[in-house]
Amino acid sequence: MGKKKSKRIERGSIPLPPVSPLIAALEAAPAPGRRSEPTVAEASPITSTKTARSVATSDARIEVRRTAKLYIGGAFPRSESGRTDTLRIPGGSSANIARASRKDLREAVRVARGAAEPWAGRSAMLRGQILYRVAELMEGRAAQFEADLIACGRGRRAAAQEVTDAIDRFVWFAGWTDKLASVLGGTNPVASSHFVFTIPEPTGVVAILAPEASPLLGLVTRLGGVLAGGNVAILLASESAPLPAVTLAETLAVSDVPAGVVSILTGRRDELISHLVRHADIDGFDLWGCPDSLLVEAERGAAEHVARVARRPRGVDDDASAHDGARGERIDGITAFLEMKTIWHPVGS
Amino acid sequence: MSPRKPPSRRPAGVTPTGGAASAPRAASALAATTPWSYAPAPESREIVSIRPRYGLFIDGRERAPIDGEVTVTYNPATEEPLAEIAKGSPADADRAIEAAERAHRKVWSRLAPRERAKYLYRISRIMQERSREFAVTETLDSGKPIRESRDVDVPLAAAHFWYYAGWADKLDYAVPGRSPESLGVVGQVIPWNFPLLMLAWKIAPALAAGNTVVLKPASTTPLTALLFADVCRQAELPDGVVNIVTGPGSTGMSILTDPRIAKVAFTGSTAVGIKIAQGIAGQGKALTLELGGKAANIVFDDAALDQAVEGVINGIFFNQGEVCCAGSRLLVQESIADEFIARLRDRMGTLRVGDPMDKNTDVGAINSRDQMEKIAELVASGVAEGADLWQPACDLPSRGWFFRPTLFTGVAQSHRIAREEIFGPVLAAITFRTIDEAIEKANNTAYGLSAGIWTEKGSRILDVAARLKAGVVWANTFNRFDPTAPFGGYKESGYGREGGVQGLHAYLRMS
Repeated sequence: MGKKKSKRIERGSIPLPPVSPLIAALEAAPAPGRRSEPTVAEASPITSTKTARSVATSDARIEVRRTAKLYIGGAFPRSESGRTDTLRIPGGSSANIARASRKDLREAVRVARGAAEPWAGRSAMLRGQILYRVAELMEGRAAQFEADLIACGRGRRAAAQEVTDAIDRFVWFAGWTDKLASVLGGTNPVASSHFVFTIPEPTGVVAILAPEASPLLGLVTRLGGVLAGGNVAILLASESAPLPAVTLAETLAVSDVPAGVVSILTGRRDELISHLVRHADIDGFDLWGCPDSLLVEAERGAAEHVARVARRPRGVDDDASAHDGARGERIDGITAFLEMKTIWHPVGS
Repeated sequence: MSPRKPPSRRPAGVTPTGGAASAPRAASALAATTPWSYAPAPESREIVSIRPRYGLFIDGRERAPIDGEVTVTYNPATEEPLAEIAKGSPADADRAIEAAERAHRKVWSRLAPRERAKYLYRISRIMQERSREFAVTETLDSGKPIRESRDVDVPLAAAHFWYYAGWADKLDYAVPGRSPESLGVVGQVIPWNFPLLMLAWKIAPALAAGNTVVLKPASTTPLTALLFADVCRQAELPDGVVNIVTGPGSTGMSILTDPRIAKVAFTGSTAVGIKIAQGIAGQGKALTLELGGKAANIVFDDAALDQAVEGVINGIFFNQGEVCCAGSRLLVQESIADEFIARLRDRMGTLRVGDPMDKNTDVGAINSRDQMEKIAELVASGVAEGADLWQPACDLPSRGWFFRPTLFTGVAQSHRIAREEIFGPVLAAITFRTIDEAIEKANNTAYGLSAGIWTEKGSRILDVAARLKAGVVWANTFNRFDPTAPFGGYKESGYGREGGVQGLHAYLRMS
């Protein structure tokens, strides 16, 4: 199962009607006839003030735009519900972001469960190399990530910095995979005549609520910890700034990360969270990005099946600086989803 | 090994509920005529003087409960009342938390770590010196055999304080590069199956890390915790560093949900653990849960059979099976199942069930009437669902809460006795053919605390151990514990570890 690489990328699928700059320029209001929900745009700090765009001239090339889709099991489906949310982009254009449903979520959990054991079963060194390869590919897509961050309201300089930090963060986590057992486990000098050792093992399927304030570095910091520990992840992207997560999905799809090890959903947290935390086949929740208003409900739901929970320490805000430098290079994101297994055997002839 | 010929195997005309009333008397007649029968060897209870009434231990002093209410703790082996115990209320808990908070702020967190260590060493030493007193008290209050409280519970409890004492001034080495600090006041609620040992597992790492403690012992087994309060006084531990509030579960919940509590540690049932986790949701408290289990003890066809039989017996009848990590499911390879079950029955026939104070007793009293009824109900469900019940023809005392060791064969994985934690001397035997089937069946449970493997093949041990979803895997042994070895569960058996350096992490704040 682990050997089969089923990365189906729906390149040939029928795209939504493209929104050309021309049409965008002509549209002052949300496009009529499209199932568009303006809530995200309203909730986001991004507001479109200018709508002036260059009108196509005879020699102008019309940009080929990307359809932002979900990423589940190595494929890029739209939400089964057919819903999208409109993200307004500074400068006047917009993107239609897939709005994942409960069924999309269930599908992501199903493929994650199937991917969990083969992923955990790969050698630590191989997992490290696979994660490092993600960093390699991110480097090649730096411009796209920067554009995504700028589209989410970041300044050009800050965007470039966040992208390089995020790539370096992935490299940092990639190097952890084959060191965890030595740093966190060990042999236990028990008083009886037994050889006893303790090793860390991944918890299994972990759902991540990506940090809202740091749409790329925060996301990579939480995801890197979960993957480095040998877990598989279902990631709920930042609601106000989902584009970096979409690009990360496209990066993962062409990396060596097996299908299903990471699924990325875009959509609305308040709609998905109660289903997410109560899904009994999810073993852990990284709630760093969970808004305070939803935290109690999220933790109560997770407790129903004794799921592991990682969250911001008391008094720490989910701001971008929480993921910077040494603050972001923390092993905590890994250890939150590790199980220590202790094995005993008698010593004797 | 067996010093006498085991009683003849027979289906024993026993009611599914077992219990004293249905004890067949034939075995005693046999024992009387057998030259190898055991003479009574009771441990003296002279060494302990149980007072008629105990208060709460708050801020270094014994205090009467604010509303004056008391409950009674019984000797499960005789059903006699042992003492009146303060029924602590939320108001008492509030006082205790206040004292602990003050002690943390003013004394314990300011004390040089090496001095903190010395207090813990003192406590460990005093527990060793007063070990007989602790063992006798524990057995009187809990019903566990004196052999176990003397040889396991008390020495291990002292060893835990010893082990964590050494950590107190070495915390920088516990979490390299993070200069850890104490959290503050820790709220702890512990169960009745290992009253003193669970106290030690909770208090020793908490104090070593520089926290102060409010602990609620189980309502049926408060006496060793109150004896421990005396140890704290004797060790001259600063007031308020350890506070012990006896009382019902609701008082425990009021401790754990109090906003001044920085960390919660609970050992007990999964149902209560879930309530606690939900009760503190969103409060930002650190939480560790050590919950139920339904461990598989897997016997492969190449196992050393007599050793495996001993291990399976120890796995399920240690402490009357009232152990969260008990090996309550026997998975035996089909090719040796008949032979193994026959040997197991022979060995069960030699178990001595009865007076916990007798040094020869293997299986003591069930902790409470409630627990007896729960075990009986689940055993009845096993019969009703079609499993085959077998119990040895042993004599049970006419008073006290005793349950005959019970073996079910022909158990399906869907049976309640294969899925639910019984917390009693009841073993459910299931067969398997291949390694994959054994692992699948072993992991087919919501729990994941412990597991056992019996085989002579080393590579198989390492393979199976890696594939079992359990926090503790005993290979060719079972029910071993040590302060240096982390203990704790996967899945619905909880999270966090107790013991070892890993057990320290939960009590530290990483800056």
